[in-house]
Amino acid sequence: MPSFVITEKCDGCKGGEKTACMYICPNDLMVLDPNAMKAYNQEPDQCWECFSCVKICPTQAIEVRGYSDFVPLGSSIMPMMGTEDVMWTCKFRNGTIKRFKFPIRTTAEGTANAYKDLKGKDLDSNLLSTEEVDGLKYPAPKEIAK
Amino acid sequence: MALPNKPMGELKAVSNPAVEEMEVDILIVGGGMAACGTAFEIKKWTDKKVLLVDKAAMERSGAVAQGLSAINTYIGENSPDDYVRMVRNDLMGLVREDLIFDLGVHVDDSVHLFEEWGLPIWKKDEAGKNLDGKKGLSMGSLKKGAKPVRTGKWQIMINGESYKRVVAEAAKLALGEENILERVFIVELLLDAKEDNRIAGAVGFSVRENKVYIIKCNTMMVACGGAVNIYQPRSVGEGKGRAWYPVWNAGSTYTMCMKVGAELSMMENRFTPARFKDGYGPVGAWFLLFKAKTLNGLGENFAASDAAKAELQKFAPYGTAAVTPTCLRNHLMLFEMKAGRGPIIMDTVTALAELGKTMDKKELKHLESEAWEDFLDMTCGQANLWCATDTEPEKKNSEVMPTEPYLLGSHSGCCGMWVSGPDLDWVPASYKWGDGGKVYNRMTTVKGLFTSGDGVGCSGHKFSSGSHAEGRLCAKSMVQWVRDHADFKPTIAQGADELVDMVYRPVRLYNENSQYTTAQDINPNYIKPAGMALRLMKATNEYGAGTATYYQTSTKSLEIIMEMLQVMREDCKKLGAGDLHELMRAWEIYHRIWTVEAHLRHIQFRKETRYPGFYYQADYPGQDDANWFCFVNSKYDPKAGKWDVFKKDYIKIIP
Ligand SMILES: Cc1cc2nc3c(=O)[nH]c(=O)nc-3n(C[C@H](O)[C@H](O)[C@H](O)COP(=O)(O)OP(=O)(O)OC[C@H]3O[C@@H](n4cnc5c(N)ncnc54)[C@H](O)[C@@H]3O)c2cc1C
Ligand code: SF4
Ligand code: SF4
Repeated sequence: MPSFVITEKCDGCKGGEKTACMYICPNDLMVLDPNAMKAYNQEPDQCWECFSCVKICPTQAIEVRGYSDFVPLGSSIMPMMGTEDVMWTCKFRNGTIKRFKFPIRTTAEGTANAYKDLKGKDLDSNLLSTEEVDGLKYPAPKEIAK
Repeated sequence: MALPNKPMGELKAVSNPAVEEMEVDILIVGGGMAACGTAFEIKKWTDKKVLLVDKAAMERSGAVAQGLSAINTYIGENSPDDYVRMVRNDLMGLVREDLIFDLGVHVDDSVHLFEEWGLPIWKKDEAGKNLDGKKGLSMGSLKKGAKPVRTGKWQIMINGESYKRVVAEAAKLALGEENILERVFIVELLLDAKEDNRIAGAVGFSVRENKVYIIKCNTMMVACGGAVNIYQPRSVGEGKGRAWYPVWNAGSTYTMCMKVGAELSMMENRFTPARFKDGYGPVGAWFLLFKAKTLNGLGENFAASDAAKAELQKFAPYGTAAVTPTCLRNHLMLFEMKAGRGPIIMDTVTALAELGKTMDKKELKHLESEAWEDFLDMTCGQANLWCATDTEPEKKNSEVMPTEPYLLGSHSGCCGMWVSGPDLDWVPASYKWGDGGKVYNRMTTVKGLFTSGDGVGCSGHKFSSGSHAEGRLCAKSMVQWVRDHADFKPTIAQGADELVDMVYRPVRLYNENSQYTTAQDINPNYIKPAGMALRLMKATNEYGAGTATYYQTSTKSLEIIMEMLQVMREDCKKLGAGDLHELMRAWEIYHRIWTVEAHLRHIQFRKETRYPGFYYQADYPGQDDANWFCFVNSKYDPKAGKWDVFKKDYIKIIP
């Protein structure tokens, strides 16, 4: 189910230093044609249909079309990313449309607590830094096989 | 249409790349769940120089790129002891109980962090109803004792579309952007020139600019995930990329570590999960959450038949345990298919109708949404396949099929490196080692080289959460290592030119020869990685127990493919790459070939069929506990260029 870029919608991320789709694709598939200033999927048969590029594109220029070798034509699924939710529009071949909204995170982007100031105490213990704070006691197996 | 003799991609490769030499104390190779764990933990213990290198962008790299809909390992009210028992039974008795117990002790701490960072975890409310998203938070956090929504005994439900983004965000903040290199593919590890069997660095290249990186270090963790696209996928056209496990994990973990002499264990263990046919959507929630049954082509619930029970009896005590091991569930399915009673159908219609009996309209709507979320959060393509085939699961059933084989150590498989367990008195002496009389948890048999997640052998079922926790364990061990080896100065035998020549060989070969023919893909002086990938997959499929033979191989088949692999390795010296993307593909296929060789050498050595349903050695059907109730380990000697495959004792720790 390879991704494709809609010519009219792609603005090459306005010629920025890196294009969003190229930045994100875990398989290094999306590239920018510098002459046309349009992105494309350079190896569609290695696309994992992970939708990472679709979700990140600022102009919604990327969509996915089912793999030609087993997916009938006419359907589509399309995510819209918000800050707290993702909204999916699922269009069936027979025209049925279903919409689903799922939460994606409960905190604001960029605010994950990295415990930057936490310093571990006992490097030789079997406890991780936050376990040390919580006072975890490393349990022994309840019984050992003979 | 590409013009003749024009490389395909946009980032052309030149024959003489720039070289950047770096030296750090601690090197983290990979940016997935495990590496994110290491990145989060490590600065809590050291101010030394740390560098993380990922071939992709951490925000969406690795197996969790599209998200997940469950955390499969959360101990909670259970005990690590029972966790060991569950993993042991699923993997037919042969596991490292020290590693699994240790993981069970730490995994929940990572899950609690995920929740704090913003991952929505479903909760049960007072009335026992499910709350998702932010609503779940109203019950408090897991850490404070709120009840998760369990599907099975160990799994908890999440809204996990942004799982990897959340986890990577914390990792990056903790480690600092300046200590992270993205889009750099590591090719080989480097041993120290002065000290025997001691890691000293790694070499790789950027897939964004013509640059080779030579990175020296005191210690290193390699966590590049498992191996995918090593067997012909069920779909061979445009759909080749639709593997269940992530196509971009190319066995780099196993190949790079084994090539410097790290001992491998249980590489014969593979994973061929049953998934929704073609879309590879997960089936776990359908079995566990929706209580669906699979039917054979005759409409029979074959898994509950007397014949199935008799078949499972053959594999007692595993087959007769309360939860049937994953491989045996596949085995039953294949049994039906081979007898002509296929295809296998997931009865979604009946399952949803049953659940619907006790639900009001609103709850039903939510149930439907849960079914879709399961796909949309982690296998989007399956959702589209349902749309394209007008499949509404409450109205139309779907087919289920076992996939092509994958190698991994963190999901329901257990191949990987033989690593040290924790330094605890109940851990057997042969399970812990290190250096200078000290034990370093999760260290491979190469000094200073660590691994986690899919890289650790004999310890499956850690999944996303366990991989993260294990990466954190490595962080601590590596800091101990650096403290205890403060005087070490890494020395690399090869000069920069030699290393660049190795890394950029496919580019040089291409540039020197591509004008010889009118079309760049076909040239007698080099082979493109895409062609080599097909050659590998055809060979494994036909001889190495792929789907073509219903996962069956034989002594003779193995002999034949071993010869083919040898030739492939020789031909890899002639891989040609015209652009940086293709250079990465060249190195990936090289990593895959080595990994497959290790896999098949182990299968060849183990003269029994330990995992029916995952593979069958036709000359040695059935399990042979008298001779084979042990691990199979192997070691490649980098100096002599020779393999050694041998037995290793299994020790039962948990009764
Ligand atoms: C479809 C699917 C569904 C799953 N469902 C669940 C679930 O419901 N619940 C659950 O808990 N777990 C689930 N898992 C399992 C979970 O994702 C893995 O256990 C976990 O991601 C393993 O972590 P890892 O760090 O070992 O590998 P990964 O997370 O895959 O990370 C590998 C990393 O290595 C990098 N890399 C690879 N090669 C190189 C190289 N040569 N040089 C540099 N970097 C490299 C990659 O870019 C990536 O960053 C699922 C996995 C898949 C694929
Ligand atoms: S992210 Fe979208 S707009 Fe930017 S280059 Fe890619 S397709 Fe074009
Ligand atoms: S869907 Fe995923 S694999 Fe395919 S091009 Fe987009 S980001 Fe890459």
